[in-house]
Amino acid sequence: MRTDPCDRKSTRRHHGDIGAARTAPEPTADPAPPPAAGSPALYRAVAAGSFRRYSTYRAATLAGAFTNTVFGFVLAYTFLALWRARPGLGGYDTAQAVTFIWISQALLATVAVFGGGFQDDIQERFRTGDIAIDLYRPVDFQGWWLAGDLGRAAFHLLARGIAPALAGALAFHLRIPRDPLVWGAFLLSVLLAVVVSFGLRFLVALTGFWLHDSDGVRALVLVVTLFFSGMLLPITLFPGPLGTAAAVLPFSGLIQIPADILLGHRTGPAAATGLAFQLAWALALVALGRAVLAAATRKVVVQGG
Amino acid sequence: MADLLHGPAAPPARRPGHVARARWAARVWWLTAAMWTRALLSYRTSFVLMLLANTATTSLDFVVIVLMFRHTATLGGWTLPELGFLYGTSALALGIANLFVGSVDALGDRIRAGTLDTMLIRPAPVLAQLCAERFSLRRLGRTVQAAAVLAWSLTALPVHWTADRVLLVAVMPVFGSIIFGSVFVGFSAVQFWWGEAREMQNSFTYGGATLLQYPPTVFAKELVAGTVFGLPLAFVNWLPALRVLGRPDPLGLPTAFQYASPLAAALCVLAAGLAWRAGLRAYQGTGS
Repeated sequence: MRTDPCDRKSTRRHHGDIGAARTAPEPTADPAPPPAAGSPALYRAVAAGSFRRYSTYRAATLAGAFTNTVFGFVLAYTFLALWRARPGLGGYDTAQAVTFIWISQALLATVAVFGGGFQDDIQERFRTGDIAIDLYRPVDFQGWWLAGDLGRAAFHLLARGIAPALAGALAFHLRIPRDPLVWGAFLLSVLLAVVVSFGLRFLVALTGFWLHDSDGVRALVLVVTLFFSGMLLPITLFPGPLGTAAAVLPFSGLIQIPADILLGHRTGPAAATGLAFQLAWALALVALGRAVLAAATRKVVVQGG
Repeated sequence: MADLLHGPAAPPARRPGHVARARWAARVWWLTAAMWTRALLSYRTSFVLMLLANTATTSLDFVVIVLMFRHTATLGGWTLPELGFLYGTSALALGIANLFVGSVDALGDRIRAGTLDTMLIRPAPVLAQLCAERFSLRRLGRTVQAAAVLAWSLTALPVHWTADRVLLVAVMPVFGSIIFGSVFVGFSAVQFWWGEAREMQNSFTYGGATLLQYPPTVFAKELVAGTVFGLPLAFVNWLPALRVLGRPDPLGLPTAFQYASPLAAALCVLAAGLAWRAGLRAYQGTGS
């Protein structure tokens, strides 16, 4: 997971020639009759198509789940050592601390902490100029990519979430809730986390309208996301101003809030506040994305595409 | 396909010796890396941005360790300068390996796109081409940052410096990067059979490096034993570090293990070479 995640991540992302076969969207793969433009059925079909598309990369999914599991083991032991030295640190007991690691590994691919998903597709379409065609489609540009990303996230939650979590549950003493209400709140929180993540990645991708290549911005956003999402360390352990910043930035909505809800660290009003925080950021980022897209579209038209 | 390059096409009498072939491979690596560096530097702003982001991202691992030590004086019984030493030696070895051979993990993508075939018909070693393809100087970020942490730890450690300890510290990055480099190449060779398995290699390179950043006392003994007798990552820094820092071995192995990194590195190179050769022979091309 983590940081080597860092570069582990960034060196793994090669775009251009080598990724073309894999990242080409398949907008016409759905059976007839096509859903009416702009109807909910259309977006459901896009999401379902995206789910199917990701489910075809079986070896990659397996390799990814394996990597999440390996990192889960390494990090769980380091957290055990820290909590053994300081029981109750950050308000978590030892079992909660270890569970936190496994939740973060299980959510890593779902909420795309390292970026990617539709972001790779959209960047590729900037590079080839196909983005102009997308803007003429009789569907909402942002809604189309959001639907696809929700389909991807659903697949990753099942495929790359469950396997590492099971491995963690077998090897460590985890704190897993039995209350279906907690699970419901957790899944709602994960859904909101995906939308927040989508909002961020969409904005980064849109910088491609101006920069032609958004890799630099993407790399910088990755640094901030990794740190402030709680992926590396629960943000409740951050000192002073770092902790204050982490509490108001949208990134804590990616890992920290869903994990705290599942751990029972956020219950009742605190859980509701967390969900409201995620919802507010999701709406704000999606609205900002729409505004930037409108500005970008005008620019494309002025330049003649 | 591979036979075009390595097979009977070259008459045995004219076949160059091992030294000449190694020099040729090194030259191919250098030329390819230089080409990509020149291409990259034509977008200077983007390059600087990526270098900074890369350095910051790799530094986050150590930032987390420092944040942990705001809450505790020791982790697994080891102090912050001792973890800095482990972090520096592990990240430096991984960084050097990544710089030289890190690009090899894109093998599966190249097989899918058919670009591996282009490399196979060039009169140059495929492995050298692959390792330098899309070479990126921004990977220096990890190396420099790891070296800085290592340098800091050396000034902060209360080590009684003897000749063997100084020598161990000097050679750790060398054999460590050879071990990590072999892991990069060996597990990338899996993609000859299993094209999408790219991320699996990350478990052992980046995952392994993260493991080595923490003291062996933190982990279960079975896991530590696996890094000695299974995938020999413990020879990158754990075993020599026990000697340098004067700490007891949690597994109680003979002292000779703490000096055995060169042997482990040689075995890793051999295994990775065999895996690579087997993969290249099995390669059939996708017809694209």
